[in-house]
Amino acid sequence: MSRNHRTPLKNTDNLVEVKSKFEAEYRRFALKRSNGGFEEFYKLLQTVHRIPGVDLLLGYADVHGDLLPINNDDNFHKAVTSANPLLRIIITRRDEDEPIVFATNSLQRNKKKVLPGLRPAPQKSSKQQLTIGMPRDFRQISSIIDVDILPETHRRVRLHKHGTNKPLGFYIRDGVSVRVTPQGVEKLPGVFISRLVRGGLAESTGLLAVNDEILEVNGINVAGKSLDQVTDMMVANSHNLIVTVKPANQRNNVVHRGSKASLAGGGGGARSADSGGSTVSQDSAPSPTSQTVSQYSNSNSVAEGDSDDDGDLIIESDSLPVYTPHRSLLPNGNSGSHDNGDNGNNGPATLPRTHRPIPQSVSLPSNSSLSDSKASLSSLTTPTHNGSRSPSKTSSSQESMREDGNFITL
Amino acid sequence: MMKFRFRRQGNDPQREKIKQELFAFNKTVEHGFPNQPSALAYDPKLQLMAIGTKSGAIKVYGAPGVEFTGLHKDTATVTQIHFLYGQGRILSLLDDNSLHLWEINLKDGYSHLEEIHSYTLPGRPGIESTSATRVTVLLLKLSCELLCVGTEGGGVHFLELPGLTLLDKSLLQEEVLQSVPEDYKHGKSLGPVESLQEHPRLQDKILIGYSRGLVLLWDMDTRHADNVFLGKQLESLVWERSASTFVSSHSDGGYMVWPVSSDAPCTTQPATATIPYGPFPCKAVNKILWRTTESGAPLVLFSGGMPRASYGDRHCLTILQDSTHVTLDFTSRVIDFFTIHCIDPQKEFDDPTAVVVLLEEELVVIDLLTPGWPTVPSPYLAPLHSSAITCSCHTSNVPTRLWERIVSAGLQQQGQQQTHVSWPICGGKSLAPEPKQKELLLTGHEDGTVRFWDASGVSLRPLYKLSTANVFQTDCEHNDSLTQAGEEEWPPFRKVGCFDPYSDDPRLGIQKICLCKYSGKLVVAGTAGQVMVMNLSEEKSEHMVDVATVDLLQDREGFTWKGHDRLPPKTGPVVFAPGYQPTVLAQCMPPAAVTAVTLHAEWNLIAFGTSHGFGLFDYHRRSPVLARCTLHPNDSLAMEGPLSRVKSLKKSLRQSFRRIRKSRVSGKKRMVVNSPASKVQEANAHLAEQDDIAPVQRRIEPRSADDSLSGVVRCLCFADTYLRDGTHHGPTMWAGTNSGSVYAYALEVPPQERFSEQSVEALLGKEIQLMHRAPVVSIAVLDGRGNPLPEPYEVSRDLAKAPDMQGSHSVLIASEEQFKVFMLPKVSAKTKFKLTAHEGCRVRKVALANFGSTASDDYAENGLVCLTNLGDIHVFSVPALRPQVRYDCIRKEDISGIASCVFTKTGQGFYLISPSEYERFSLSARVITEPLCQVEVDRPHDSATLSDPTTAPPHANGTHKKTTGELKSLAEAEVDELQHALHSTALDSPNSSADLTLDTTGELTVEDVKDFLVTVDEAENNRRNITEEDGRPPGILIN
Repeated sequence: MSRNHRTPLKNTDNLVEVKSKFEAEYRRFALKRSNGGFEEFYKLLQTVHRIPGVDLLLGYADVHGDLLPINNDDNFHKAVTSANPLLRIIITRRDEDEPIVFATNSLQRNKKKVLPGLRPAPQKSSKQQLTIGMPRDFRQISSIIDVDILPETHRRVRLHKHGTNKPLGFYIRDGVSVRVTPQGVEKLPGVFISRLVRGGLAESTGLLAVNDEILEVNGINVAGKSLDQVTDMMVANSHNLIVTVKPANQRNNVVHRGSKASLAGGGGGARSADSGGSTVSQDSAPSPTSQTVSQYSNSNSVAEGDSDDDGDLIIESDSLPVYTPHRSLLPNGNSGSHDNGDNGNNGPATLPRTHRPIPQSVSLPSNSSLSDSKASLSSLTTPTHNGSRSPSKTSSSQESMREDGNFITL
Repeated sequence: MMKFRFRRQGNDPQREKIKQELFAFNKTVEHGFPNQPSALAYDPKLQLMAIGTKSGAIKVYGAPGVEFTGLHKDTATVTQIHFLYGQGRILSLLDDNSLHLWEINLKDGYSHLEEIHSYTLPGRPGIESTSATRVTVLLLKLSCELLCVGTEGGGVHFLELPGLTLLDKSLLQEEVLQSVPEDYKHGKSLGPVESLQEHPRLQDKILIGYSRGLVLLWDMDTRHADNVFLGKQLESLVWERSASTFVSSHSDGGYMVWPVSSDAPCTTQPATATIPYGPFPCKAVNKILWRTTESGAPLVLFSGGMPRASYGDRHCLTILQDSTHVTLDFTSRVIDFFTIHCIDPQKEFDDPTAVVVLLEEELVVIDLLTPGWPTVPSPYLAPLHSSAITCSCHTSNVPTRLWERIVSAGLQQQGQQQTHVSWPICGGKSLAPEPKQKELLLTGHEDGTVRFWDASGVSLRPLYKLSTANVFQTDCEHNDSLTQAGEEEWPPFRKVGCFDPYSDDPRLGIQKICLCKYSGKLVVAGTAGQVMVMNLSEEKSEHMVDVATVDLLQDREGFTWKGHDRLPPKTGPVVFAPGYQPTVLAQCMPPAAVTAVTLHAEWNLIAFGTSHGFGLFDYHRRSPVLARCTLHPNDSLAMEGPLSRVKSLKKSLRQSFRRIRKSRVSGKKRMVVNSPASKVQEANAHLAEQDDIAPVQRRIEPRSADDSLSGVVRCLCFADTYLRDGTHHGPTMWAGTNSGSVYAYALEVPPQERFSEQSVEALLGKEIQLMHRAPVVSIAVLDGRGNPLPEPYEVSRDLAKAPDMQGSHSVLIASEEQFKVFMLPKVSAKTKFKLTAHEGCRVRKVALANFGSTASDDYAENGLVCLTNLGDIHVFSVPALRPQVRYDCIRKEDISGIASCVFTKTGQGFYLISPSEYERFSLSARVITEPLCQVEVDRPHDSATLSDPTTAPPHANGTHKKTTGELKSLAEAEVDELQHALHSTALDSPNSSADLTLDTTGELTVEDVKDFLVTVDEAENNRRNITEEDGRPPGILIN
């Protein structure tokens, strides 16, 4: 995508009020909406703040109060168009120890624990060698958590509603759950996922499927609760919904793989776009981290309306969590320096870092451009379409990603 | 392994003890009229009355406050009840043909009703249908040692009492037929036993009446029929006191008087035969009573007998004496009736004093001593549902002055129709301590009336009835009762009773009530958006009601109200009787039902809300202060009014049909399949079932802003608190909507003396959007100590301690999903409890209550009481919002019960268990209103089978008096509580916080708080400070 491919927009002669902050200094200036692209803006800020030559990370506060990155033309334009009327820019040095966190609600939410009882992510800093895009530039929408403390037949999935206008997009129903007990087979009433809405969050994560039994909602056992009660609990928790399910498809749950285990031990959440579906490394000595979860990733969506337990998964490439920053603009000196045990444990990015001059830049973790990005993504990821990613990419990502747990998709 | 989030810590024993002293759940008493009564009995010796119901309950009533309830194990209809006179024993017959014996026994100093025996008549071998032994009538001999049982097969069996053992001297039809003349037999059966009556003088003779018309005077000793009477199809029999005659009533609507003499063993002709409402065909006379009077002519009372064609649908009881003839015309079916008369066998006459009529929906007592036979007001069994209850409101600790004024208004109201002879049913004595405070329960009804009930004690007594219908022009005017009496001469109908379920106009229905107990001001709001401010006046008044229209839509475009019209107010002056008289009518436009109302009499302000918005109205100046639309642009449902939700109705109908079909299918399945036809049927059924199997699904989606009816205003509240800044407090108004929005207004209220010239100003202070968007159920402001703010006038009249204005105030916002406490004025979240997320239940009703401790008179805690959609009640500490106790209270299927629940400020509550009955419950260990009473029974000696020692002491000794101090008045409790609060921080002490390790502060969801009061510059500054200095403000979103 060429620089000016996306020309903004109406009111071309309109001015945007920009207020930028660098360290303790503020600058206010006006910017023409139509004016230039990201690089011009980057230089402009360096000039305005009189910090030429300093490597900068740019961020802006969007309407939701989220701190989002500016590192290419697209998200720059997005920032400009969403300025309402003030565009607040926050500049940090690229080489700061603790990088700013671009994430949902990052402006308001302090570094707070994920949930009181959930495993806290350790504050391990790890050097990132490979230059892979900044995972924290994405909004995390789902994750698998607590792998180390759950039985391998269960999966705890966290869905983040924040910042997307995608519907959660699933339905639940009553059903009969069969449990094997010492006394024999026991049938109990249970609650199951009955339907996934196409394009909904639940479907796009690929972590939930029709006929998965719901065992817990945000840590509360649903046994003995009515469908309406469970519905109420889920709706009440919908902004940060953690469901523990027993997947109907138990085939791609846990595969012990030595190679993975070592990786997991490092505390880094490696994730791969692994064709084998999810692989949970079950270490004999669980580390305090949420352990590595490799899931068939980025929106391997189960064919919709499909009650097939078989796990024949059709990877649909829509809404792939791809983000490729312009390398020149973001020298990745320190990009993945360490995770601060923060809210989202911003998962590793999904794709290995590709060569810099990408024909199409895809970005904008905000909703409005989703369809665009989908379109571009599909072309971007053609080799991985309908199947696994190429092994080379997978492995590279595994090696490169030393992040905590969890992965993200868009 | 799976439990990862909330672990209960070991409970602190000390705190557990305090909790036990504070909280206790008891269902104490049922107020109102039993639902679906089916049987009635009276014990003239103990002066107790018993009512049986279709659900198998027996309720015994004596003097006001004397009440017992017993419930049969099976929920079968109680078809008959009989007292064993004077013994405190009750015999009941159920629909399933079982007999049960109940006893009133003393336990812990108070009488209780308990079942001690039951008995089912064995089916006779060789007779296929058990209906032959189906019991039709019971006769308890006066001696109380023998029970005669008449059956459908025509046999009479004898049981020994109180052991309920069958004696071997049953009288079967064959034996009876021997004494019947040949020509009467015709080989036909005599039919079921229709009536059994004991001879008033001779103990061993009974009168047996068979359905076909044969009546025998049977001598049980000699087993011989003394007299035989051949009559018509029989309904009932009654002896005349002297036993020289008896009266029979018949299915043709007539009654006959038969002479009894030993000369003629067989009588075929009665002395007199009358069909009172003839000559055209009449309905049966179901029951007749014949009472002699000293003054002369006997009093005849009978039910039914109305001319079939013209008045066959009326429910009537006729009272005849000489030339006086009154046909009492009731609005519901007559179940049974009895007279209260002299039972002393030495006296020559019955001399009835009153007749008690049990109707399906109410109890009516007619005073027979006062000329004109007026009704006697009932101290209990009030027909709450005389028009359907639409809302209720409870006021505790009503000041004596207001109480007396309401009582006197009520007395004037009923003055014309009712006598004030004392209540004739006055057995037993109530030992419950005199209530320390007056409690008022107000019920709003569908017909536009508000009824005031005395809820201080065990019996809910009607005080006053306020009608709002006369303010409006309605379709039907209330003049039919007068004209009707004039135009109809025969039968001489007289309308009696107050059960009147038919509403003239559904728009008159009362939706919300708010009473200021200190000023006596009352606000009543209804279905058509009418909000009336009422004043209590001792004088009759004729005045115009000021009308002010408040447009809640404001300038919203594109909405058209498709619901009902407003009620047109009457144009001229209207005469208002002494009592509550409307002064101002504020009419919401569009005239949707009022969903919230509140009143601040000190500021002369009322606030009201509908599904479209809310308004603030100055009733002193009669001017609207504020109107605010809360509609979401996408909300179309709000505009359609209440009657046009066709779609959902259709859907629910479809669903219920499906359910019915399904249940039928599953029923069929159990049948033995033997014919091919049924096989096919079953296959079909199977298919149908599979068809239906598309299971119930629930969509999981967060609430969005455009959910329908999101603009409904759910609660309103006035408070004197800090909204602008932390140093200046002032009047505020808060409104919460269905979509989780809260609006807070700062009010500019002029000082009292300048009310007339200066107008009230309202300024939007804060707008809070709760993240989870659940409906806001309640808002309350807490003072610096975490106590709820006192009511208007309480402080200025020295009735309550002034709230703590030093510490920072906070606002408690209860939504359907969670409770949150925000600090004021910044509206920063302090604590919260996510009820739905934790428990999977949703809040239906909340209230703040003060719980006194049983251990110490001056210890009390505030609690947030919450009723959920599952029917359980939770109590939370305030303001820490820690769960304290949880009780199951209402079945979760009982939606109307849950919807009708109302809490008192002392930790009690009421909910409807049927359309006509409130169940009263208590959550407080200290404040309990329950029937404590004693009945002195006189049991000759308990037979060996009854070895219950507690039946022995017949005398009430005074040692069981409950200390009167236990029921503390609210005022005292409040003072105590305040005193306590001064030197204690118990609410936040580790004691109270030990129960659950819930993380209440760590995870505050972000709310959108818009601040309007701060100037723009300031706001900008704040914003700068917040966003740029620390980057993450606590729970405030920056625009």
